[in-house]
Amino acid sequence: MAEAQKEVVIRVSDLVVGFGKINVLDHVALDVYRGEILGFVGASGSGKSVLMRTVIGLLPKREGRIEVFGVDLGNVNEKERQAVERRWGVLFQHGALFSSLTALQNVQFPMREYLDLSDRMLQEVALAKLEMVGLTADVRGKFPSELSGGMTKRVALARALALDPEIVFLDEPTSGLDPISAGEFDHLIRTLQRTLGLTVFMVTHDLDSLHDVCDRIAVLADGKIIASGPMATMLASEHPWLKAYFRGERAARRRA
Amino acid sequence: MSGEPLLKSAADGERLQFKAAGSWTAKHAGAIERLIDEAVRQKPAARRVEIDLAGIEHLDTYGAWLVERLMRAWNGDGREAKLVGVAENYRVLIEEAHSVNRAAPKTGHGPSRVVVVLNNIGASLADFSQSLIALVQMLGEVTAALLRVFAHPRSFRFTSMVHQIDRVGWRAVPIVLLITFLIGAIIAQQGIFHFRKFGADIFVVDMVGILVLRELGVLLVCIMVAGRSGSAYTAELGSMKMREEIDALRTMGFDPIDVLILPRIVAIVIAVPILTFLGSMAALYGGGLVCWLYGGINPEVFLSRLRESITLDHFEVGLIKAPFMALIIGVVACVEGLEVKGSAESLGLHTTASVVKAIFMVIVLDGVFAMFFATIEK
Repeated sequence: MAEAQKEVVIRVSDLVVGFGKINVLDHVALDVYRGEILGFVGASGSGKSVLMRTVIGLLPKREGRIEVFGVDLGNVNEKERQAVERRWGVLFQHGALFSSLTALQNVQFPMREYLDLSDRMLQEVALAKLEMVGLTADVRGKFPSELSGGMTKRVALARALALDPEIVFLDEPTSGLDPISAGEFDHLIRTLQRTLGLTVFMVTHDLDSLHDVCDRIAVLADGKIIASGPMATMLASEHPWLKAYFRGERAARRRA
Repeated sequence: MSGEPLLKSAADGERLQFKAAGSWTAKHAGAIERLIDEAVRQKPAARRVEIDLAGIEHLDTYGAWLVERLMRAWNGDGREAKLVGVAENYRVLIEEAHSVNRAAPKTGHGPSRVVVVLNNIGASLADFSQSLIALVQMLGEVTAALLRVFAHPRSFRFTSMVHQIDRVGWRAVPIVLLITFLIGAIIAQQGIFHFRKFGADIFVVDMVGILVLRELGVLLVCIMVAGRSGSAYTAELGSMKMREEIDALRTMGFDPIDVLILPRIVAIVIAVPILTFLGSMAALYGGGLVCWLYGGINPEVFLSRLRESITLDHFEVGLIKAPFMALIIGVVACVEGLEVKGSAESLGLHTTASVVKAIFMVIVLDGVFAMFFATIEK
């Protein structure tokens, strides 16, 4: 696809976000295109999660503009904002499942609130979602405290996908998973992205995920996006931080 | 996303054809479901069914599942359904929908209502005895920890205890003073109002003195401490339990009883008698003030009457109950805190239980003390 034909679904321009006297994000600009999986990397504490949380409206911005589906989120009323929010799903780093609801009820929660569905449909679609993220029907009655780390992430992903969103935000989806589960999770994200035509915005540190599933990678350092492009661009770059990250010891061991 | 969803059927002898059109998406899921139910209910005798999806503009998981549901209604018992005209970009989604929800749903009725009620009664009875056992066990563990401290005084977490006394005792002083002052004043006012009818105003001083020193001071303070500090103990220990902090302590070789619970319980046992004393004084002050301003009993008369009507016994009876009640509040709060399971709901449940149980036990204990003191004629 030529650059010009790609539809931009998230456009962040000139974004400044800070706490106290420090600006964590300093005039950041980033475009995310429809149907791609964008891997977002940066040193711990560099503000990756801050950017994600600002885009989804959990943190206030100081300056700049955030457009999602062409809607300027700085200039919308409650109703328009809700309409946009319905079109994205968020997977939080620790799942953020509602601890007083079962796995199935967690997935049903947004459906019940937003859609006009019969009980049977609610049951069937929620089960289908759980199955699509690779869980068996046994987990439906389990509470979040009874789920393993990998299962929690899967249920949380199913909940993020409950309303058939167009964009999903994933905050470190494979952190805390063993390499096999992490690999399966990557594969799952890829499959779902193809099946549902998702756009995926993924904050991650997992070099394997970056290699295997990301179409494009954006790198945040010193409050700015210092590079973006496919893996090959990252590997070819001579920027010292990128070199250390993508061609450092751990990366080398991976290829060995 | 304009098109209303449509489903048209056309029968042709053995063949039945459905034509689907419009947006088959989450937004229209309710409407599509009704269309499908209608189509399935009529259930013509056709043996071969074709579902033509060529007219579909938008399809998501909801629509794909409903197509699949329509298919499944026909498949089986010698009939077959076929999809035609599936757009290339929706093929994967349709296939995905085809593979899910294959496991047979669990059937079987739940237990009958009588059984459920009996089950609940039994479970709550078992719960009750469990919590009694847990209480006694905690009391034992705290005693053992205390004995260990006597053997090795250096192992006691003195700083932690001082910190807890600050929170449970010192910071509670203003609210305790205010509430007991008000209650003392209200009792005096009510007493004067009613006693005046038969000219017994002066006996209000006896009533306020005995009531406050023997019962009300300590009870009010204990109820406030249970609500204020007992709940805080439970919530703190509970959230530490939820975030595995208590397990972390154990793996490092610390006993949570020594580190977390003993300092808290010692602190509450020290703080409550002090608060009781302060609270009783505030209540007497409030009572005296009302006697003077509302009842016309001036302070000198109030004090001399008070000196005649109460003895040191009354004061001791009130104060001696305080540490025991404090112990109950602390132990109940800690037991409930450690019972918290993973969910936020469980934390709330146990915090409520902590306050309710502590207040209940304080009142029961007060009754036991009343019987005891009546027997030894104090």
